[in-house]
Amino acid sequence: MSRFNWLAEYLARLEEQRVSVRSGDAACLSPAHCLFLDAEDWGKAARVAAESGFRWAGIWGDPVAEGIVIRAALVQGGDYLVLVTEVPLKNPLIASHTPPFPAANRMERHLQDLLGIGFLDHPDDRRWTRHQAWPEGRYPLRTDFPVAGESQRRTPADSDYPFVQVLGSGVYEIPVGPVHAGIIEPGHFRFQAVGEEVLQLEAHLGYVHKGIEKIAVGRDPVGLARLAGRVSGDTTVAHTWAACMAMERAAGVVVPARGLVIRAVLAERERIANHLGDIGAICNDVGFAFAQLQFSRLREQWLRDNQSVFGHRLLMDCIVPGGVGCDLGDQHKAALQSSFGVLSRELDDLLPILDDHSSLEDRLVSTGTFCATDAKRLGVLGYLGKASGQDYDVRRDHGYAPYDELEVASPCRDEGDVAARLQIRADEIRDSLQLLDRLLQRLPTGPVGLPWPDLSKPQRPAVGLGVVEGWRGEIISYVRFDAHGRVARFFPRDPSWFSWPALEQLIRDNIVPDFPVCNKSINGSYSGQDL
Amino acid sequence: MMFIEWLLAFVQALLYVALAPLLVGWIRTLKARLQNRRGPSVLQSYRDLYKLFAKEARMAHSASLLFRAAPYIVFVATWLAAAAVPFVTTSLPTAAMADVIVIAGLLALARFFLALAAMDVGTAFGGMGASREMFVSALAEPAMLMAVFTLAMTAHSTNLASMMDYQLFNDPVLRPSYMFALAGLVLVAVAETGRIPIDNPATHLELTMIHEAMILEYSGRHLALMEWAAQLKLLLYGVLLANVFSPTGIATTTDPGALGLALVVVMFKLALLGVALAISETVLAKMRLFRAPAFLNLALLLTLLGLLSHVILEVGV
Repeated sequence: MSRFNWLAEYLARLEEQRVSVRSGDAACLSPAHCLFLDAEDWGKAARVAAESGFRWAGIWGDPVAEGIVIRAALVQGGDYLVLVTEVPLKNPLIASHTPPFPAANRMERHLQDLLGIGFLDHPDDRRWTRHQAWPEGRYPLRTDFPVAGESQRRTPADSDYPFVQVLGSGVYEIPVGPVHAGIIEPGHFRFQAVGEEVLQLEAHLGYVHKGIEKIAVGRDPVGLARLAGRVSGDTTVAHTWAACMAMERAAGVVVPARGLVIRAVLAERERIANHLGDIGAICNDVGFAFAQLQFSRLREQWLRDNQSVFGHRLLMDCIVPGGVGCDLGDQHKAALQSSFGVLSRELDDLLPILDDHSSLEDRLVSTGTFCATDAKRLGVLGYLGKASGQDYDVRRDHGYAPYDELEVASPCRDEGDVAARLQIRADEIRDSLQLLDRLLQRLPTGPVGLPWPDLSKPQRPAVGLGVVEGWRGEIISYVRFDAHGRVARFFPRDPSWFSWPALEQLIRDNIVPDFPVCNKSINGSYSGQDL
Repeated sequence: MMFIEWLLAFVQALLYVALAPLLVGWIRTLKARLQNRRGPSVLQSYRDLYKLFAKEARMAHSASLLFRAAPYIVFVATWLAAAAVPFVTTSLPTAAMADVIVIAGLLALARFFLALAAMDVGTAFGGMGASREMFVSALAEPAMLMAVFTLAMTAHSTNLASMMDYQLFNDPVLRPSYMFALAGLVLVAVAETGRIPIDNPATHLELTMIHEAMILEYSGRHLALMEWAAQLKLLLYGVLLANVFSPTGIATTTDPGALGLALVVVMFKLALLGVALAISETVLAKMRLFRAPAFLNLALLLTLLGLLSHVILEVGV
């Protein structure tokens, strides 16, 4: 298909709006296309993009000598467009993308907290990632902030976050978290409710801010891959893959075919393991423990296979820059192939039980409905988007190797409720099983990886963008190497950035006791968005 | 003789306390087996209580005297209510106070203090749990009383011992009113004891809890007493269903042989009820909170039908 066939029209509309596009290396983030803009045209370019129906996919800042380079990713028809501009460090002010793209809200506030960029017309200027761990006026991502951090004292409690309040008679607040009764990640949720009905929910995250972006600075490629694998533990394969893809594109490394296929095998295994766990957990949240135990059993077997074949239950650090760190022998290959049949048969038994269970249906159907309009507005991805009519799958629409040679089926529904999200997961498991089978059948021979080239000699500024479909949806990873081949900037964009605002949206008018199941059906990563 | 009867009454009350954790353990074990798990031993609930009693009881700074006193009040009130339900014999001096209205009153007293204590500390979950508990019990109580009144109309007494004696000493007849009342009381029992589909005793999700939300702030011996009281309540409803609707096997004298047999029979009946509960909890998911009124209205409707069928079919026969 013809790529970027919409670009000429977008450029023409920009010209109509008197937005000047500066010259620059448009292919520096290939296969994405870069457009270099003046800082004052930043907001205008976003408005035109919104009118053209683009999806907003992320914003990140990159501090350079005297300024901060800001990049924003836009997606149209599986093509990635990166808007680039630069603001001076002394006066880092820029227009916000949030008015045309509500999805930009929190990522811009993240940028405001960590790099000190001021957004001029941002509707919400409250802090987001910043708790009390570093002083006001200090910005950890700037180059003058040490990688090791500054203060070793105990972080004061973050108790005065200005939540939006709902006033009225009978309205009461329920604070939940950040410590929860189950063993899950920390995050604070503030409900405003009347009786049992939720009027408003606001999440306050950032409790697992690890400084991923800062501690990436100065790492070598292997070190960055390991770090990327820890952005969010349940998405370790996809994040590592996205980071490695970005580094490989920056360094011009071409991964051998066998390595790519094994990467895809790992990614599909991760998708299946997480979906199995989620389906069980959704059922458990409505008191149907049978499903949880059965699906936990399937997941456990799947993870044990991971351990015996790839050496790690969650497949952490299996992907390395240049290829993969594990190979697949014929014996293991045969064992894996037979395990697909076993899982498939088990699912044939179990999924109809969930389908036919009326008391389960009563709880899941029409609970937490997320309409397609909101889904488009908030730019949600993965199963959350696919359950609400947002039919986008990087594997199919952006076609990276090895998926470009395979036919990727991507389920899509438009009910948008918890049941639809559960169904999408079930469908994705089946599709992934088929993909795995085809991947293993066409497993090429040859090396699984290449040695990393020596980047220490000074060369052109190497930047790269990696885009993969993780189990939660599209993951974008940006990497810039310095002149010595070390990482100067790393930004992983987890799909959870968009799913947390979606949760706040879809819980409205539901009842308080339905929150856990709605939350579980979305299952955003705290760690992936706290960074 | 009088002394032995009082001793028996005391032993029967102790039996309730001693056997309550066993019933819960039995149900948990059955559920584990039904879910293809091995599950803990049936004695695990005793170990849990022992563990909790050995632990320090921590209290919120905002807790008042009420919060400390509530576990004792709740436990004693539930225990008294349970002790009034004939367990192995109807021929006891306490039978005179084995009145359904007394039992309902004692359970309401326990619930009142439970809800007050839940709100005492001032956390959102306590208040939420208390409000939901009251919401459920306001619907469950009338249905419960109605079910028992149906039986009372046959026996012309609200005294449980008299009801059982009436059934034991009259020819067994299949009474439609009893069937309706039994069905209604089963639904009430499920709701009142916080079981699936109304409440989920095994959940860790604060926002979905009813009973567990009320005791979230308790620890140590206080929590143990609260848990034990909940187990007693489950046993109470179990015995009520088992003995009032089919008193077969219960002793009407203080003869040791009859008493021993009665104990075996009632344990067997309870074990069967446990199986039924475990199966229903395995195949059902929890209801949406606002479906609870429909569930309890059904219970009320069934008991009303029972009352009606008594008037139409059984009066004057």
